[in-house]
Amino acid sequence: MNEPATTRSLVIEREMPHPPEKIWRALTQGPLLEEWLMKNDFQPVVGHPFKFRSTPVPGWNGIIDSEVLLIEPNSRLSYSWSTMGMNSVVTWTLTPTTAGTRVRLEQTGFRSEQDAAYKGANYGWTKFMGNMERVVAALD
Amino acid sequence: MQAQLATDHVFTALSDPTRRAIFEHLARDGEQNVRALTARAGVSQPAVSKHLGILKHARLVRDRRAGRETHYSAQPQALKPMIDWMTFYAAFWHDRFDRLESFLQRMDQ
Repeated sequence: MNEPATTRSLVIEREMPHPPEKIWRALTQGPLLEEWLMKNDFQPVVGHPFKFRSTPVPGWNGIIDSEVLLIEPNSRLSYSWSTMGMNSVVTWTLTPTTAGTRVRLEQTGFRSEQDAAYKGANYGWTKFMGNMERVVAALD
Repeated sequence: MQAQLATDHVFTALSDPTRRAIFEHLARDGEQNVRALTARAGVSQPAVSKHLGILKHARLVRDRRAGRETHYSAQPQALKPMIDWMTFYAAFWHDRFDRLESFLQRMDQ
């Protein structure tokens, strides 16, 4: 992560009264994942491309294109999350606690694949969003 | 539904870093013509014009003709749906956390 401090990311944390191993199964076994997230053809293999499928609505085909980026069993899982031209990364982190597991979700990045090829400028999504949020806030 | 289509256009228009740069330039520095934008964009004038067409389609920029020149300005209020995106995902993931928790309970049974 070489993004500046303006990085836009969404973090949600919750402690759950279950061991990490069990939560890991719910995060990484396709049929279990479907029970609470979305239909998918996920496989716990780094580099595996897969799709989450939701009900299509007008203007959105309901498909999220993903690729497994990182797997550390019972601890960390990361995949890309691309839909509507917006590419982000979802990372799950499981930390054992006395009462169970702290489950942390971070959705970050918001940068397009072309960014790396864009020479000389730093117009990543994150910086752009930070700048533009101020512009839009000033409109009200 | 119309709003979703508009969001889609905004995301598509801004998925390209050159277009983001052009849009940000207009939002910060005000109205510009194609020549001035080309000087900053690092791509050819036809390419800039094409990018401006896509931004205009998404209603992110507006054009104004003055004689032989066309001037472009940013319409940052068109970004609102995109900024709402963060709010959308916050609600989405909170809901999925609830579902995950209730699913974990059912896994025990």
